[in-house]
Amino acid sequence: MSTATAFKPLSRNGMAARVAADIPEGWYVNLGIGVPTLVADHVPAGREVVVHSENGLLGMGPAPAPDKADPWIINAGKQMVTMRTGASLVHHADSFAMIRGGHLDLCVLGAYEVAENGDIANWATSENDMAPAVGGAMDLAVGAKNLWVMMEHVTKDGRPRLVERCSYPLTAKAAVRRVYTNLAVIDVTPSGFVVRDIIAGLSFEELQARTDAKLARPKS
Amino acid sequence: MINKTVQTMAQAMNGIADGATVLVGGFGLVGQPNALIDGLIEQGASNLTAVANNAGNSPESGLGRLIALGRVAKMICSFPRGSPAFEERYRAGTIALEIVPQGTLAERMRAAGAGVPAFFTATAAGTKLAAGKEQREIAGRTYVLEEALHGDVALVEAWRADRWGNLTYRSTGRNFNPVMATAAKLTIAQTQHMAELGEIDPEVIVTPGLFVDRVIHVPYGDPPRDP
Repeated sequence: MSTATAFKPLSRNGMAARVAADIPEGWYVNLGIGVPTLVADHVPAGREVVVHSENGLLGMGPAPAPDKADPWIINAGKQMVTMRTGASLVHHADSFAMIRGGHLDLCVLGAYEVAENGDIANWATSENDMAPAVGGAMDLAVGAKNLWVMMEHVTKDGRPRLVERCSYPLTAKAAVRRVYTNLAVIDVTPSGFVVRDIIAGLSFEELQARTDAKLARPKS
Repeated sequence: MINKTVQTMAQAMNGIADGATVLVGGFGLVGQPNALIDGLIEQGASNLTAVANNAGNSPESGLGRLIALGRVAKMICSFPRGSPAFEERYRAGTIALEIVPQGTLAERMRAAGAGVPAFFTATAAGTKLAAGKEQREIAGRTYVLEEALHGDVALVEAWRADRWGNLTYRSTGRNFNPVMATAAKLTIAQTQHMAELGEIDPEVIVTPGLFVDRVIHVPYGDPPRDP
């Protein structure tokens, strides 16, 4: 691997902006807790995208100004949020009917690993976790029309997260359509990972060197 | 005259037995019927199975306190992190855990309330949470058989209620409360506000009184804003 090239991995906000750029107007979108939540801040002003929070809020807005905070309005990450004009409230079974019934256009989740067949592992790091916590991840992964994953390309100690086969317990099988990392955007296709674009200054070979599974070049 | 309102917590909690399955509303800190949980602690029932999204939060209040006092033998939930009392008992092996995906948890209670004994869902297919469950391929996709989840008791928090037990909720305080209200033999609601019968617009009632057995008025704080 060459170390001579200069490239700058996307920041979390940079990744969020990259995801947001690909969300068309009119889509109903669930953003997973953690980093995917940032995507909402990067949807261009004037583009109407409706954000769903699985605790029963459709039409979630940004965090409130300190003097407008309402403790009754929280998101799935239990942070205080606001309701946009046009928002609606439902109970949990109806909220998950939106998810499980295939009514959401998109869900963006974080993950530990994504496999080349679209398997996702994002809820448990070991078969022996003391108290496993799944939340709504399994429902979201199988229910949304499109599942995109947003994650760092490699772990903190440099291990690839895009793998031939997940080593952690699965959240769902063959569910991921596209992966946005801090280095590239990669589609999951019937023939495996296909690179859509790579950040400036990083070559295809260098990206492959940071990836466990085989990557295909984008069709030009 | 139908009057489901009760004046004391002892009346509200009357008859809850040891070993009962108790559905507890709330998501995070919002919509949790903490006064009812305090009432249940006072009432004394133990060896309970508790069903909630989380396994409580602080060991000082609500479900976390019920667990800290050793009254819950089994927890059925989707997200038990962030509850020191649960984690301590889980490590010690003194509380059982059934982990259920959040949507499956809600749907199992909706099924219970609707007289549906079981249903197939794609959620958890091919994962370890489907272990030991029937999986079936339907139209080319794999589904998991999940059974209805009935409660002996449901504890819910409402925003407004009338003497028939008609309920409304506040913002995201709705969450699991309306689903749980349908799924138990005995549904007990605490409410911030009491309304006269007929005062709540039928168009906005979320839980019709048919699902509710007892209502107790617990105005536990200034509302953050008008309803």
